Amino acid sequence: MEDESKLRAFEARIEAGEKIEPKDWMPERYRKQLIRMISQHAHSEIVGMLPEGNWITRAPSLRRKMGLLAKVQDEAGHGLYLYCSAETLGVDRSEVVDQLLYGTAKYSSIFNYPTLTWADIGTIGWLVDGAAIVNQTMLAKCSYGPYSRANIRICKEENFHKKQGYEIVATMAKGTPEQKRMVQDAVNRWWWPSLTMFGPPDKDSPNSAELMKWQVKLQSNDELRQRFVNLTVPQASVVGVALPDPDLKYNSKTGNWDFGALNWDEFFAVIKGNGPCNRQRMRARRIAHENGKWVRDAAGAYAAKKRAA
Amino acid sequence: MPQRKGQLKGSPMSKDQNHQGDSQWPIWEVFVQAKTGAPHEHAGSLHAPDAEIALQNARDVYSRRSEAVNIWVVESKNITATTPEDNPTFFEPAADKIYRHPQFYKIPRGVKNL
Repeated sequence: MEDESKLRAFEARIEAGEKIEPKDWMPERYRKQLIRMISQHAHSEIVGMLPEGNWITRAPSLRRKMGLLAKVQDEAGHGLYLYCSAETLGVDRSEVVDQLLYGTAKYSSIFNYPTLTWADIGTIGWLVDGAAIVNQTMLAKCSYGPYSRANIRICKEENFHKKQGYEIVATMAKGTPEQKRMVQDAVNRWWWPSLTMFGPPDKDSPNSAELMKWQVKLQSNDELRQRFVNLTVPQASVVGVALPDPDLKYNSKTGNWDFGALNWDEFFAVIKGNGPCNRQRMRARRIAHENGKWVRDAAGAYAAKKRAA
Repeated sequence: MPQRKGQLKGSPMSKDQNHQGDSQWPIWEVFVQAKTGAPHEHAGSLHAPDAEIALQNARDVYSRRSEAVNIWVVESKNITATTPEDNPTFFEPAADKIYRHPQFYKIPRGVKNL
């Protein structure tokens, strides 16, 4: 009975556009959903460093290398902003990180695809970061204060990620025939997985209604996906790159770009662990965590020694 | 999840002993001053074994683009905060003291620069 009135007060606050802060009363479901979403988001930032890290040593110029290094470093920072906002909900970071390393937590399935050529780096910045920005711009307005603030910070920085990617795409699209082929091939491979980044269609997304009622999300998966397509089609035509969808066409009635059917079987197979690189990504994360242990131990021992002195 | 009182975060060290021989450092809150003359503002938090490393991590996490001219770090467990449940009684005493605002006072017409 008491919870019932607390729930009503909570929903009224959200309705009024107030932000919920860590120590405010919140329904258990709200807390659980947020922990799940924020930690998945954090893991995605961390695992997202791997496909791009693959190309740091092979960047074609110092300028490109500096840009890519800074971008990958930002992704680490974004992971940390997000872990810190998850912790305000009462989980330990070590607990959440273990869930990633030992396979019980999910992360964005797109990072299980390989980066085969340098053109993939440009395409990831343009499409994958572009899709992430659409999602994060919405999350920056979400009802949970710490998550909202983390996303505001992230969005400010991601803009550079998208632009550095688009610059690479634009440069290669004006390059030699081989570079043109390379960039078109990268776009062909990344386009569809980028669209599935927004999650299953609304009709198959059971959590969405509740998340939208509590303004954790303000737009549905399908709305965000459509927004991304509408933003991206003109960007592709400026650089003369084709999007690999024969059904893509402008709908003058809705003002949207209609697009073809997405391959959800592939999406769910990749989420279940059967994408091209799932095992490789997890192995790389575990090795990095284990190899970092001596650094954490040494810093801890030094801090203990100074405290004792 | 039990509601926590008087502390900004739960006890960050609570799970240490069980954690597969890996230690989790305490949580620090980070406050950054964007430019001289501006107040320090809460930026977020991080884990660090001591204050010195907390400051270095804070620079790397919260000031990669010159967002700070000064940084404070403080271990979260040392912060005491009000609790939302106590808000009505805690903050209410200020609500009826309109005489603390200049609009409360009537002044003669025509007087300037008062």
